[in-house]
Amino acid sequence: MKIGLFVPCYVDALYPEVGVAAYKLLCSLGLDVEYPEKQTCCGQPMGNAGFQNKAEKLVENYDELFRGYDYVVAPSASCASYVRFFHEGIVKHECEAAKRTMDLVEFLHDVVKPTSLKARFPHKVSLHNSCHGVRELGLSSPSERNVPRFNKIKDLLQLVEGITVMEPERPDECCGFGGMFSVEEPAVSTRMGKDKLRRHIATGAEYITGPDSSCLMHLQGIARKNGEPIKFIHVAQILAAGL
Amino acid sequence: MSTKHSIAAEKFNQDSGRVTRHDQTFWSVRSKRDGLAYQLEEWEQLRESANLIKKHTITHLADYLEQFETNARKNGVHVHWAKDADEYNDIVMQIMREHNVKKVVKSKSMLTEECHLNDNLIRHGIDVVETDLGERILQLMEIPPSHIVMPAIHVTREEVAACFREKGIIEKHGAHAAEGLLKEGEDWRTSSDPTYLTRAARYHLRDNFMEADCGMTGGNFGIAETGDIVVCTNEGNADMSTSIPKLHIVSIGLEKIIPNYKAMGVFQRLLARHGTGQATTVYTSHFRKPRPGAEMHIILVDNGRSSILGNIEHWQTLKCMRCGACMNTCPVYRRSGGYSYTYFIPGPIGVNLGMLKDKDANYHNCSACSLCMSCDNVCPVKVDLSTQIYKWRQELDSMGHADPMKKMMSAGMQTLFEHPSLYTTALKFAPLANHVPAFMTNIKANAWCYGHTMPEFAKESFHTLWKKGKVK
Repeated sequence: MKIGLFVPCYVDALYPEVGVAAYKLLCSLGLDVEYPEKQTCCGQPMGNAGFQNKAEKLVENYDELFRGYDYVVAPSASCASYVRFFHEGIVKHECEAAKRTMDLVEFLHDVVKPTSLKARFPHKVSLHNSCHGVRELGLSSPSERNVPRFNKIKDLLQLVEGITVMEPERPDECCGFGGMFSVEEPAVSTRMGKDKLRRHIATGAEYITGPDSSCLMHLQGIARKNGEPIKFIHVAQILAAGL
Repeated sequence: MSTKHSIAAEKFNQDSGRVTRHDQTFWSVRSKRDGLAYQLEEWEQLRESANLIKKHTITHLADYLEQFETNARKNGVHVHWAKDADEYNDIVMQIMREHNVKKVVKSKSMLTEECHLNDNLIRHGIDVVETDLGERILQLMEIPPSHIVMPAIHVTREEVAACFREKGIIEKHGAHAAEGLLKEGEDWRTSSDPTYLTRAARYHLRDNFMEADCGMTGGNFGIAETGDIVVCTNEGNADMSTSIPKLHIVSIGLEKIIPNYKAMGVFQRLLARHGTGQATTVYTSHFRKPRPGAEMHIILVDNGRSSILGNIEHWQTLKCMRCGACMNTCPVYRRSGGYSYTYFIPGPIGVNLGMLKDKDANYHNCSACSLCMSCDNVCPVKVDLSTQIYKWRQELDSMGHADPMKKMMSAGMQTLFEHPSLYTTALKFAPLANHVPAFMTNIKANAWCYGHTMPEFAKESFHTLWKKGKVK
């Protein structure tokens, strides 16, 4: 199975270790992973700001670059989700690569289905269920709905030796990042982030973890500004711990 | 980079305790709703049924409206059609003049708010009294509602007590209302005990019910197969408003029509569960025909609804039954309050309805969404609220309302992301000179630092690590 690894722009620039962990993890599961170098961004920052038309070329480039792979896997729920659910609407034609783009967690859970992992992470973590992961990709059951409860991220983390996984009160309320929302509505965005952070900290966890570095970046920025010592780590890094 | 919403929201956030109270109040309604949702095995089927019934009705609206009108007339009800707010107000005034109305008691109606009915009545010398307790408080305080279902939830009981004192309600009814209620030593002249205040309001409203010549109600549903109007309240004030005066005027938007009582059963189970977290409202009042010797009028109001129906991107907002659940779950509404929106209906549905009503006045509300999609998942009739907000944002530029900074940043990103070599170069220099890609520098120059420290650029990007063969 040939996998194209998509490391979205901000992960590339700010959290390369998340990309490295994703790569190692996928390789360790016996998959053939390639990283096409001409990749950049999924287009979401422009789209959410109201300029998805400025992402047309980028979407075409993405489709061109990734169309030869069985799956495109990204360690970023929101970007994977944007590719899969918005790309075709932006360029108004079918996109082969977009259809086969998955977030790392859903890809592992639904396609690879590992029953064990080599990872060990003897720490207490608070799980951040990010909105697009929950409500677009279905990584966990949305709290608003009366559907059987499940959480794919938690299922995978439970394969890690020594880990204790907690969830905050209001487990899938938005953290307030929202891309440009955070700079256009800084007061509300910050308040949402502070509330979320407080609930994560209340679990007694050492780390906040999640499938989306953008939420973690937002929460981390607020934590640092307020002198909170809690640590942040992407799910991929935990699943790849020790590789 | 700011909108009227973001500016008002920032002011609202200056009082952190108020934000906490506001958030917790509405989160508790959301939680009650969830509790009820989890109890009903058929919950998601109900939502899907409601969605399909609304879609069906709205796409066959002309037929159902005519059926409704025919049946209502058969019941001896006068039916009027108003194309806009002016025509609506004219029709109301004409009916009032014919009956020489001096005083109107009203149960809650967001449509009359939309059409500025009260101002119009007052201008014509007619005394109008809101009888929903929340609405009455707001009317006395001369402020607009901050939520469509719990309009005065942001007002404290101390503020209510002060208002009732100022308006003479305490002086007139306080002593009577306090009988056997207040603790010893508590002075009814200054008390803000909620039960006591409610009782005082009750006596005050009773006087008004007795004196009124006309009762006006909204309608939660109009049933096409019978011509009935269904009104849901918790205070019984719709019944009081229509039981004493000999004239009853109902005002409803065109989209409130549903086919029959079988459909009504679906909506009845969803409305209060979503709106207030109750299994049902305390009163579900069905009005079919006038009482003997009385008159009943129904005014069907368009006021822009037909043009929404013709809007291919946004027609599904017409499915909305105004339960308010999207406001209660909206993390932005809960932390910015109803008054931070430029339209009288706040929250996700208000952002959308405001744009459909007047884009130039209401584009400011499009920023009030983190696209978390919680509203889509609570909505009992499955309006895709967040997708529609996303669509409005795409249209802002062509309306001339795009934020110049956001436009510049998006253009910068376009250049960067369309050219992988440029992107790679930018990444390489980012950590060295702290000269980061445009979207980051602009954030730094602006609002990101309001609540955050800057994220640190990695010494070597994933790209660089890969090129150097360090990813193994």
